[in-house]
Amino acid sequence: MGEIPESRRLARELVRRAEAGEQVEVCAGSSVRTEIRVYDGDVESLTVAESRGVGVRVIRDGREGLAHAGSWDSDVIDTLLAEARDNMSFAEPDDRVGLAEPDGVGAADIDPWDDRIEATSVDDKVAIAVALEAATRGADPRVRGVRTSMYADSRGESAIVSSAGIDGWDRGASASIGTQPLIDDPDGSTRTGYAGDAAAAPQLLDIEEVARLAVERGVRLLGAGPPTTGRPLVVLEPRFTATILGIVAGMLSGELVVKGRTPFGDRVGEAIATEALTMFDDPTDPDSLSASAFDGEGLACRRVPLISEGVLQGFLHDARSARGLGVSSTGSALRSVRGTPSPGHRSLSVAPGEGDLDAFIASIDDGLLIASLQGLHSGVNAVSGDFSVGVEGVVIRNGELAEPIREGTLAGAIPRMLHDVARVGADLERQPGGTLVPSLVLDGLTLGGGSGA
Amino acid sequence: MLDHELINRTLSTAMRTGGEFAEVFVEDKRSSSAVLDDGRVEELTSGRDRGAGIRVVVGDTTGFAHTADLSEAGLSAAAEAAAAAARGGGGGAKVVAVSPIDVERSAPVRIPPEDVAKATKVGLLTLANEAARAQGSAISQVSARYGDSRRRILVANSDGVLAEDDQVRTLFSVSCVASGDTGLQTGRESTGRTVGFELFDEADVEEMGRRAAERAITKLSARPAPSGAVPVVVGPGGGGVLFHEACGHGLEADLVGKGASVFANRVGEQVASPLVTLIDDGTMAGEWGHFAIDDEGRPAGHNVLIQDGVLTDYMWDQLRARKEGRLSSGNGRRQSYQHLPMVRMTNTYITAGHDDPEAIIADTDSGVYVAQLGGGQVNTATGDFVFGMTEAYLIENGEITDPIREGNLIGNGPEVLTRIDRLGHDFAMGSPGTCGKDGQGVPVGDGTPTLRVTSLTVGGTAA
Repeated sequence: MGEIPESRRLARELVRRAEAGEQVEVCAGSSVRTEIRVYDGDVESLTVAESRGVGVRVIRDGREGLAHAGSWDSDVIDTLLAEARDNMSFAEPDDRVGLAEPDGVGAADIDPWDDRIEATSVDDKVAIAVALEAATRGADPRVRGVRTSMYADSRGESAIVSSAGIDGWDRGASASIGTQPLIDDPDGSTRTGYAGDAAAAPQLLDIEEVARLAVERGVRLLGAGPPTTGRPLVVLEPRFTATILGIVAGMLSGELVVKGRTPFGDRVGEAIATEALTMFDDPTDPDSLSASAFDGEGLACRRVPLISEGVLQGFLHDARSARGLGVSSTGSALRSVRGTPSPGHRSLSVAPGEGDLDAFIASIDDGLLIASLQGLHSGVNAVSGDFSVGVEGVVIRNGELAEPIREGTLAGAIPRMLHDVARVGADLERQPGGTLVPSLVLDGLTLGGGSGA
Repeated sequence: MLDHELINRTLSTAMRTGGEFAEVFVEDKRSSSAVLDDGRVEELTSGRDRGAGIRVVVGDTTGFAHTADLSEAGLSAAAEAAAAAARGGGGGAKVVAVSPIDVERSAPVRIPPEDVAKATKVGLLTLANEAARAQGSAISQVSARYGDSRRRILVANSDGVLAEDDQVRTLFSVSCVASGDTGLQTGRESTGRTVGFELFDEADVEEMGRRAAERAITKLSARPAPSGAVPVVVGPGGGGVLFHEACGHGLEADLVGKGASVFANRVGEQVASPLVTLIDDGTMAGEWGHFAIDDEGRPAGHNVLIQDGVLTDYMWDQLRARKEGRLSSGNGRRQSYQHLPMVRMTNTYITAGHDDPEAIIADTDSGVYVAQLGGGQVNTATGDFVFGMTEAYLIENGEITDPIREGNLIGNGPEVLTRIDRLGHDFAMGSPGTCGKDGQGVPVGDGTPTLRVTSLTVGGTAA
């Protein structure tokens, strides 16, 4: 990395144009993406493309203006600062607005980069998607087709430079696959399954396992009917733990605290969850695909404790939310070149508990193993934490998996649910996005359903 | 947007290795937006995206490349990359010559948003905020958002098509949080049309602020939604998203072609109650999903999908239509030049019936009235869906009574279509939406009259 990347040079150049009394921050990045979709043994589409973007933020007297462009052409770049300044003049001042100041925290030595993504030929990448489709078809005779079998990868780099003294550059690369089999149900309808994987290089993707899982997830729902209303113990595989705890972490955003939009705003130091739950965000974990040296404002990413043995430790902050609460940024700014930063989690982790998925199922008399969660983005009131989501699953009866159900609903409230976590597993599993979580058992949720007619 | 000769040369390059079809899609999009949150106007943003996407089709394979570099060198490199991706068999040179097609352009934008002072746009946010807060001290948070975009596109392909469009859209929304004994409740109101700033000749932002605040306040006294299968009456414009998600997607020819739709091989069959006529119509001037040409250069169409309960046709893009030897129905759309087009809806709606909306409610002993559905999710292969209800009430003894909150509607699209037993003579388009499919979002509209579904599962939190 002897020479300065174009993105960093461009960002530095724009920041140098800052006028007296003005703060300027520039985020510039580029990426190269390959996406291959296979259908019926043939390539359906093959996309190879490079994109670039740049976002400018200008601040003066607490007013902020932004402009972004999907091009590094000089005629476009030259207008960005002027547009951001013009936008700024119409914004109202806010004491919280300001750039992140360097805080002396050193960035972890993370370089999530693997040359194999670039070195692998397009033909070999096509072969992965073709093999995935074939493996999906071959996994079970009831598979009658595969809606999409996909391979994708992307390599990106981005610079963040500001007049406050921030000057960071970062890069990342990852490859992923996904498959969605269509499976004939004896009742004449169709069930689907889905599974995917992501890794730092194409060679690390587990094609056979993804195909097997996708088909298993569809097959185990064959013959599913409506559920019986009740309050079963709900068992979550790690992938659903990741989904649910992702929603919880979303409610621990410092920005929501400042604006009074989370039920946890005034609960630091209090027990908000069962003692068995310890959760933190750790973007410095080199094994996570979401690991990153810098956050969206150029501060070093760091491990942020959120819940320790049930007690709320604090919130995820960017510079602005931290200012609102009179604390320091936790280096948790997320952002794209298109908008303002906002605080959020990158790589959630849960401390291991005891037991695993199989042990949980064996110990439950009346339960439900979740097979899908639907409508999460519409069914969760992030402000109150009340939720109602659609579920598919397999009934657990006397320690064994029994019949599958679909068109069920699962309802509860996040604050109550955190206290009602009955078991936290030791079976930590890395999710494709980087999250590292175990199986969970939840008590106190209401399962509804029972289609009429 | 681009010189015709340059387009011809680019297409010829794309076809040089034996492509059967090549296309250049050029886009230049400018957008601006502003947000008012917590009493302050902030996040004023301008954006500019321009570039070209080039695709080459050989057999069943599509090669695609895009570039932000619109110079001859940039376009030529993208054309070669797309051709290589499609792996043509090395056919002879093909000369491509494009000529403009005649498209009926929609009414011109009366007030281009770029001509409106930013202070005026920002002023709308303040008006909405003040109107919402004036609804009472229970309103603890108000956020409002203004956005406009101008998207100029040019599509040229090796069939000789050359078409251009200039799409202007304007959007405004208000969200409120009310606090009370039952915690925090939210209310939202939004409007968006494929028009310029004249949107605000009709849309009264103060009224929108009041309505969003009322929704939030109403929910403070709402009961948790019940659970179980009940008759559901959907208000005018409130439930179009359900038919978009749970039925519309299953009528997209790409999903049908893969057997990933419950409606595959069912043209000519009775798939819905005889009351139901379902239409997708990109020609509806001003509506959020409107355009003059789609992103493959085809004029927008008025496409009847279900007529009196009988499945009449699917929606088509260029790729699927070519295979079937027919014309695209004008449903080929893409999020941007960086994306491949695919079959997408435009404005999807159920046509009005003959019943008095009041009578539909009066004839329902007990059930749920849904004034506004929220976001949802559907499995197109099975038709199973889940939708949040953002504004809903109980129906008791033929009357709308208490508001209910935190409920989902769970069901199966094809089943719902057969269970519609009443259709009102009223009709309204719903809120502007962004439809997501395979990672791409495009603006869509939807609409319904008042209608009743004889039985639908409500998933609520009531014990």
